[in-house]
Amino acid sequence: METLGHLAHGFSVAFTPMNLMWCLLGTTLGTAIGVLPGLGPALTIALLLPITYQVAPEASFILFAGIYYGAMYGGSTTSILLNTPGESATIVTALEGNKMARSGRGGAALATSAIGSFVAGTIGTLGVAFLAPVVVKFALAFGPAEYFSLMVLAFITVSAVLGSSSVRGLTSLFAGFVIGMIGVDLQTGQPRFTFGTTELLDGVDVIIAAVGLFAVGETLYMASRRYAGKDEIVPLKGSLYMTAAEWGRSWKAWLRGAAIGFPIGAMPAGGAEIPTFLSYAIEKKLSKHKEEFGTVGAIEGVAGPEAANNASAAGVLVPMLTLGLPTSATAAIMLSAFQSYGINPGPLLLTTQANLVWGLIASLFIANVILVILNLPLIGLWVRLLKIPAPQLYAGILVFATVGTYGISQSPIDLVILYLLGAAGFLMRRFDFPTAPVIIGMILGPLAETQFRRAMTISNGDWSVFYTHKLSLTLLTLAFIGLAGPHIWAFIEHRRRRGPEHVPGDA
Amino acid sequence: MSTINQPAPPSRLAVPELLVGIGLLACAGAVAWQTLAIPVSPLYSKVGPTVFPYLTMVGLVVLSLLLILAAFRGGWQPEEEKETPTDWKAMGFVVIGLVANLLLIRPLGFTAASVIMFVLVCYGFGSKRTLRDALTGLILALAAYFGFARALGVNIGAGFIENQLNTVIDAIIGAFGG
Repeated sequence: METLGHLAHGFSVAFTPMNLMWCLLGTTLGTAIGVLPGLGPALTIALLLPITYQVAPEASFILFAGIYYGAMYGGSTTSILLNTPGESATIVTALEGNKMARSGRGGAALATSAIGSFVAGTIGTLGVAFLAPVVVKFALAFGPAEYFSLMVLAFITVSAVLGSSSVRGLTSLFAGFVIGMIGVDLQTGQPRFTFGTTELLDGVDVIIAAVGLFAVGETLYMASRRYAGKDEIVPLKGSLYMTAAEWGRSWKAWLRGAAIGFPIGAMPAGGAEIPTFLSYAIEKKLSKHKEEFGTVGAIEGVAGPEAANNASAAGVLVPMLTLGLPTSATAAIMLSAFQSYGINPGPLLLTTQANLVWGLIASLFIANVILVILNLPLIGLWVRLLKIPAPQLYAGILVFATVGTYGISQSPIDLVILYLLGAAGFLMRRFDFPTAPVIIGMILGPLAETQFRRAMTISNGDWSVFYTHKLSLTLLTLAFIGLAGPHIWAFIEHRRRRGPEHVPGDA
Repeated sequence: MSTINQPAPPSRLAVPELLVGIGLLACAGAVAWQTLAIPVSPLYSKVGPTVFPYLTMVGLVVLSLLLILAAFRGGWQPEEEKETPTDWKAMGFVVIGLVANLLLIRPLGFTAASVIMFVLVCYGFGSKRTLRDALTGLILALAAYFGFARALGVNIGAGFIENQLNTVIDAIIGAFGG
């Protein structure tokens, strides 16, 4: 197998002492920020983007990937012990995990999620290694029209299908397009959306956008919600080791979770919400201990979704590395790290940057091993992070937000933009608009525009390229079904159930 | 108004959500204004730099109209979110901290401005131990400054504190190196 050769080469890149150190640093940092509420991998990687000026690409991607995987491990700790899911993908873990912690089996819940994450993360990384070359072969047949249609499909699924509301998700996405268009149009050199200021000619840095939306916006929101109930940490009780019965109930759930999570993550739709919810539903259906769900906490309900979560996180790397198509905010920021090295992820990446890609994939295997070691025996240490008081935590986040933005240009204008985006982030949080599509739209929007204009140039301005090419038409049709399907379905359901005079949304 | 005598409709106008929709419509207006300002060469016949901005503007107009419609139907926020009162005082201190940071970072340098912001934000979040917060902030800001500025070569604004420390550090390095 060709892939095994590449992987062996990748391990030779990843096993250098320096790269191992980056991997250890990334996984440790990732676990810590996963545990701390309010911080996420996207924000952390954005803050660390300046290292791309100093460090070799292999090293920084190994660091970023470690943070990405580590945050998934750490996030489950917060969900289980604090019942505050740091991100949407760990909501399901909190459902059963926190119940288990309350009934004195928190140790087993943490163990099953760590080991399940390891199993699923390893399966998912194997999936990346073997699937990526296959996707590349397919992607080489893509023209600009197909690329554009694929991006439209990704836009729809990422913002409209996965969130709680398609209108609000798309609004976030379009706001991201506007931010992405600020600056100079690369094809004609015309300034766009600069409001006549020279500072905006360079565009809005992705660091500022991510830090403003995620860090400043989150801090403002947390300050405004101080009246909302405080979460209590459930003290860690019981053995960290699982009983034989718990092992028996966990391992099948891990495998099922991985089997659901990876393919959905690897699709150009991405997202960890659907696979985790799906895995939870399946485990609930198959379980012989249905009475434990929602009462004392069922271990399958933690094991399956945690595995699905980690496998889908690995899956997201497939479209990112092979098509240059990020489907999560973290992947979008990693894409901008590629751009700052002058590397354009796409079908050629696997051959032109073999050291980088295979070193990265190999380091993901190592990261999984390090993470399971970091998370099982050291769990008590991570729990202590949860005791950092909110005032100092959020004040500290703002200090680091200043470092990340002011350090780029030493321009107070950047701080003004940061605060304006922070205010926008606060309003979005307050009114339940998802923030991740903004980052995805900001980074993927200009790429989609380039492909669109390329396709139109090749066709001499004939719009029909998008629907006469079979593949492009298929992708656009899928996007349309994704957008309209749920509404049509709801309409049919309503008519069937309540007669034709009721309009959906009427409740 | 004529609605007084009618039975209460199942959903009422949600004012905050309506304002969000109107604000978004204003954003679409700003996009239209800026798109019209993009100069386009009359000789350029292919898809130019204005096509995507126009598509984005149309999208924003449609979405904001849908949001305004949703606001008229009672909004989309769950009741518990609406009932939680906003802590304006805490938010105010965070905003003052951010503005202080913006105004002071040039004249005082990164560390001093960060400490002031740190203390204000901590106070806003309910911390009463100001002196301890100032010390924590100082340690954190110095760690951030030296982590980024010296290890990564990212130049964050140096002020009085940083310059003094840099002189000391360079002197130590010089003494040991030379």
